[in-house]
Amino acid sequence: MNGNAIEVRDLTRKFGAFTAVDRISFDVRRGEIFGFLGANGAGKSTTIRMLCGLLAPTSGTARVGGFDVRTQTEQVKLNIGYMSQRFSLYDDLTVAQNIRFYGGIYGLNDARLRERLAWVLRMADLEGREESLTRTLAGGWKQRLALGCAILHEPEIVFLDEPTGGVDPISRRNFWELINRLSAEGVTVLVTTHFLDEAEYCNDIILINAGRLIAAGSPAELKSTHITNPILEVRVDEAGIVGALETIRVSPWALETSVFGTALHIMVGDETEGKRLIRQTLAAAGVAVHRIERIVPSLEDVFLYLLDQEAVKAGTEKG
Amino acid sequence: MTTMLRAVKPIIVKEFRQIRRDPTSLGMLLVLPAVLIVLVGYALNFDVKHTPLVIYDQDRTVESREFLDKFIQSEFFDYRFSAEGYGDIEEHFLHGRASIAVVIPPRFARTLIAGNDVRVQILVDGSDANTAGQAMATAVRLTADYATNVVAAAFARSGRQLYVPVDFQPRVWYNPDLISSKFLVPGLIGFIIVLTAVISTSLTVVREKERGTMEQLMVSPLRPVQIVVGKTIPYVAISLVAATAILVLGYLLFDVEVRGSILLLYAAILTIILGALGQGLLISTVTDSQQVAFMMSVFSSLLPSFLLSGFIFPVASMPVVLQVLSNIAVNKFFLVVVRSVMLKGAGFDAVWPQFVYMIVFALVMLGVSIKRMQKRSA
Repeated sequence: MNGNAIEVRDLTRKFGAFTAVDRISFDVRRGEIFGFLGANGAGKSTTIRMLCGLLAPTSGTARVGGFDVRTQTEQVKLNIGYMSQRFSLYDDLTVAQNIRFYGGIYGLNDARLRERLAWVLRMADLEGREESLTRTLAGGWKQRLALGCAILHEPEIVFLDEPTGGVDPISRRNFWELINRLSAEGVTVLVTTHFLDEAEYCNDIILINAGRLIAAGSPAELKSTHITNPILEVRVDEAGIVGALETIRVSPWALETSVFGTALHIMVGDETEGKRLIRQTLAAAGVAVHRIERIVPSLEDVFLYLLDQEAVKAGTEKG
Repeated sequence: MTTMLRAVKPIIVKEFRQIRRDPTSLGMLLVLPAVLIVLVGYALNFDVKHTPLVIYDQDRTVESREFLDKFIQSEFFDYRFSAEGYGDIEEHFLHGRASIAVVIPPRFARTLIAGNDVRVQILVDGSDANTAGQAMATAVRLTADYATNVVAAAFARSGRQLYVPVDFQPRVWYNPDLISSKFLVPGLIGFIIVLTAVISTSLTVVREKERGTMEQLMVSPLRPVQIVVGKTIPYVAISLVAATAILVLGYLLFDVEVRGSILLLYAAILTIILGALGQGLLISTVTDSQQVAFMMSVFSSLLPSFLLSGFIFPVASMPVVLQVLSNIAVNKFFLVVVRSVMLKGAGFDAVWPQFVYMIVFALVMLGVSIKRMQKRSA
């Protein structure tokens, strides 16, 4: 077997006339953190469900850990861990009872279960709370317990479907540390998220939109291949931001415009010329400019740009 | 096989823990049967006794007294009032103080002694049809008894023996005193089992779907059949306990014994439990919401079990359409088995067709549910 933990070729899933996933192909290398990005309804969960053997593909193939998800569902299931955004725990059982239950259905023997129970409690920072009812735990603890239960059987590949939804920023950061640790131990992690800052932690990323793959690569590659024009960040008065956006958006030299908090990100053809044009346009519109500087594009810039391009393409195809 | 069962054990343990932590489901599974048996046994009583009686004696002779004594001493009637006219009777009926009236005409004794026909009037409050019917039948019987005695006395005076061409010798088998609790308690077992097993099974599966834990079970190496077995075994056990509780309470409170084979009885109970669990599972595969599952369970188990199975209303007296429809109620077949085994002491040879139907029902329900669960996961 080669170095890929997951190999997906032309994977497609239709629900009636609706195509949720449309001929997606990608590879996930062993031990990497692989980010799976897209808006809600883009087809992320459908793809993960197919890779976990929960849903049969309409066409195409996928191999997970070397096993075909269509014909070797059982081997696939033995080799993966799965955690969804719903933190599938039993609220009316205690922490330890949840762990023992999941250990039991994966067939862990007593000695191994004891060892893994201790490991999960330590990892999730739940030592001393074994007998607490799960429903009394706060989001971050629940999230880590759910992860612990999903990887009790030490799977080679872990699927995390929106694992950081609904938890506070500190818990999110802690959670990503856990994911990094898993990856360092050689576990392959495929994670879906719509937090673009989280995507920066990934070794490789794919972006899907309306069931189709629109970009793939490492965060650095994505930034350098797709965005070659300079991006300028413009800080204006909060009150003037909407007016400024409207004025610049209609200017032909502004290739791409978006709002980031209290700043505008504007893609231009040339840095010096761009700065001059922005100052001139906003002065004419009566908007005070605090600062303009060239920035390194974030993944968010890249994805907004790519999604825009997709929308333009779709528009011309229809028109 | 052993690995298959090893994976099932944690589910069983978990299920019991969840039931124990959930007072509502535990209450429904164990307290409900006890409450129902007391309610049904004592309140749902078709035996008409102590019907309040009013008499209107317009003759006031030794003979009329003698006739009325038959009514007054009968345990079926409670003598409450003596009326002075039809207005009084109506008054008592309207206020619900009496439901049957016996009216002795004037010159009752004289006409009788003269050897002529006497008409005694019985008035019954028909607003409660069941009581009215039984009270009327009892009144007719008491009157006929009295008339026979009068004729016999007349024959004796003339030195002849009374000759009755057709003698009526009623003898009721299996439940000689016609006590309705003997008839209802066996039916109650089926009613409660079907109701609680269908509801609790459908809810336990749908709850896992709502919480997302079902998905977690589906990505594990567990097979659908293991999930089903693990989740249903605890309810099989609880239903068996509930059925036993009803049998014990039925014996202690209402003297309902098991005449036939206990083993055969439990075989029937186990079969209907499996069918009901299958029905609950099937419901859980068509809905993702606990509320919908609850409604569907109640409708599909309570109504047929209560109305169509013959639990209370005899199937034979239903319109033909309902008689045909009654076959969807698996309880109908269970009832025949349980009543036959408990009351008549019947053996397997008498009830095997019903067994076949129940087994087919259980297999179809469980088979279709597992098939549907597999399809979901495929």
